[in-house]
Amino acid sequence: MRLAQHMAVASERVRATAIEATEFPELSRAYQVMGVPKVVINDRVQFEGAVPEQDFLGAVLQAVAPA
Amino acid sequence: MNAMAILTERDRTAVCKEFEKLTGPVKLVVFSQELVAGDLCRQNEQLVREVATLSDKLTVEVLNPAIDRERAEPYRVDQVPAIAVEGARAYGIRFYGIPSGYEFSNLIDSIIVASTGEPALSEETKASLQALAEDVDIKVFSTPT
Repeated sequence: MRLAQHMAVASERVRATAIEATEFPELSRAYQVMGVPKVVINDRVQFEGAVPEQDFLGAVLQAVAPA
Repeated sequence: MNAMAILTERDRTAVCKEFEKLTGPVKLVVFSQELVAGDLCRQNEQLVREVATLSDKLTVEVLNPAIDRERAEPYRVDQVPAIAVEGARAYGIRFYGIPSGYEFSNLIDSIIVASTGEPALSEETKASLQALAEDVDIKVFSTPT
């Protein structure tokens, strides 16, 4: 969440939501959360585990790239 | 009657130290709905109020999405308990569920970055994000350990 929330401050385009998986089991099931942290961007790109800033940015850009 | 404090003296001291970095005002908007998740919402609200007592730069607003519909609607918060962290603008930072453990550290960090408006990111990352032509919604699932 740390990188996500800093990205939200850096750009008006970015929203960051931290979700406590055990309190929201339905949401966690819907997004097939098996391990944490799990990051889902625009319901399109997802990854598990902590990643460096460059990789996180790469995932953000991938999520907005034309299919 | 006061409920027992959630934050320990040690937590309060550590957070106060972190809050020395605060520069601008931050509003913590708490979303609570007694009928949906009473206990969790009460604990969440209490936690936020305890954090807010640690700096005069912090204010708290509590909204019930079912009652305060017009005020709550722009936040697009569809779960309770939830917290929105706002600084010079509505940054779009949300916490669904009670932020405890690692997520509590993230809440404190989000308050600081919302206050300063200065994200700890490389110039390259900031430039890429400012050039985004589409909205980006990032969800981060975690557990309290």
